[in-house]
Amino acid sequence: MTKPLTVSDLSFRYQAKGEATIFSGVTFSLGKGEIFCLIGPNGTGKSTLIKCIAGLLKAESGAIHIDGEDLNTLSPARSARIVGYVPQSHTPSFPFPVKDVVVMGRSPHLGMLSSPSDDDMRIALEAMNSVGISHLAERPCTDISGGEYQLVLIARALTQQPRILLLDEPTSHLDLGNQMKILRTIKKLSTQGLSILMATHFPDHAFLLSGQVGMMMNKGISRVGSAEEIISKEIMQEAYDAEVCIMTLPGSSGRKICVPMLSSGNDPVN
Amino acid sequence: MSKTPLKKEFWGKRNYSLLKTVLSLLLLSATLISLMVGRFEVPPFDIISAILSGFIPSPDLSPTVRSVIVDVRLPRVIAVILVGAALSVAGAAFQGLFRNPLVSPDILGVSAGAGFGAALALLLTENIFITQSFAFLFGLISVGLAYMISRVYRVSSTLTLVLAGIVVAALFQALTSLVKYVADPLNKLPAIVFWLMGSFNHISNSDLMVAGPLLVGGIVILYLVRWRINVLSMGEEDARALGVDVRQQKAIIIMSATIISAAAVSICGIVGWIGLVIPHVGRILVGPDHKLLIPIAALVGASYLLIVDTVARTVTVTEIPIGIITALVGAPVFAYLLRKTQTGWKQ
Repeated sequence: MTKPLTVSDLSFRYQAKGEATIFSGVTFSLGKGEIFCLIGPNGTGKSTLIKCIAGLLKAESGAIHIDGEDLNTLSPARSARIVGYVPQSHTPSFPFPVKDVVVMGRSPHLGMLSSPSDDDMRIALEAMNSVGISHLAERPCTDISGGEYQLVLIARALTQQPRILLLDEPTSHLDLGNQMKILRTIKKLSTQGLSILMATHFPDHAFLLSGQVGMMMNKGISRVGSAEEIISKEIMQEAYDAEVCIMTLPGSSGRKICVPMLSSGNDPVN
Repeated sequence: MSKTPLKKEFWGKRNYSLLKTVLSLLLLSATLISLMVGRFEVPPFDIISAILSGFIPSPDLSPTVRSVIVDVRLPRVIAVILVGAALSVAGAAFQGLFRNPLVSPDILGVSAGAGFGAALALLLTENIFITQSFAFLFGLISVGLAYMISRVYRVSSTLTLVLAGIVVAALFQALTSLVKYVADPLNKLPAIVFWLMGSFNHISNSDLMVAGPLLVGGIVILYLVRWRINVLSMGEEDARALGVDVRQQKAIIIMSATIISAAAVSICGIVGWIGLVIPHVGRILVGPDHKLLIPIAALVGASYLLIVDTVARTVTVTEIPIGIITALVGAPVFAYLLRKTQTGWKQ
């Protein structure tokens, strides 16, 4: 069976001549219902990689296959039926009601001259229901909180009925409760068979989601593995130049946590 | 709970069909009144028989009345309705596409270019057809130029396009001044100045034959893609991620709005403020959804411009250039609308 997403030997640089390569040799794949967390320092190209897969940026070389087909050969509408992209939150210009924003996810299924039908609206309402924002349907999207708007964007991507969901730091700028709400939603979606690629700044989120982890550093994904393999004291030191302490949460069935430290040799337990 | 209301109510959204009916009736009555009044008053029944005289012979009707209605007032009223509706629709589409409430259909320099084309033609010939063609062509050229300038920079963002439009507009305004400077101050200069102020004074049926289909075509295309304008108004990156061919659809919208503005200038000169103000009025009524907004903007714009034009040609003995009135009314109204918070934009 072909995997929903295969990225092979991908490299990217911004078009202006002489600009340095952002990343190269990126290779990984994502199976059905799998979660892949991209972690790594700022500026290593996590967002850029996600935008390449979403078709927003064009890679310099290498290939991206979604559902076995080369992304470059697919029209924007066809790729948007397979890949849903949740951008980093930004404020919209118009106070569209939330349900009008969510139903925009039907665009790849609609002709250029058509508007969403009642069926399309039903799909949008289902998506809102599955991320728990049905009560916001009529609210102007400019009047809701950042966490709620992030959920709106996830619902919009789900309305595309994609097989792959890309999320670019979906939990940044959110409080703890909203972060967990987003992670619960992501976990639930993966059990429903959606393949999820997500960039995050929180190593603990990778532990919580327990999928594959890719560490982006040194102009590429230098390591891929389970969260337990990748998020180690040594690798975190190398990537972030920061001291961390990896521990098993007492009383849990082996759940790991990553605790940052200000200076070395300072075990918080003692 | 936040203090903001759970729902932003737009009266015209809940009562959309009622609003459309009311606005259509307003437009219909404005049309009838506009056909009646003038230096030569025509009773309503004669208007109808004059319009139908092509199909049903009406021996009682005087040829003068028939000519006033069929050859003078009717083409003018139709032109005013089409220009009012088209500029409002183009303005609504551009404000959505560029995500900016201060955008008008001539943001990319089309009016400045078309104005220069007309001024140049008026300087060189007396031929009205050449003047109109020059206006239309230079309108298209100016936007093409703005587009090309914006492509020179590698990042072809919307902002670069708007800035290029401002550059092109400034260029053509300077060229228009140059034309005015060299024009004969006794006969050519007044003609150019009057043209640039905007007027529906000399609209004939033959003008409508050319500009009419262009205006209608522009309105129809923007009407058909009106839901896509919602998606584009979320930003280019979001629209692309939602499967929209952004470049192609942006081009379609820009071309339609440009054809509308150029065709408008070619028959009535520069009539400003319609495309800027009317979409805001529409948003107060029905909210930001372009699916509802585009038809309402067309109806409001048509009625508004028709009322203004009727006033312009009836209140004084000589006609007041309509561009002066739309600006005199538009500027303070716009200032007021921007002060109001619920204009369908983020606050």
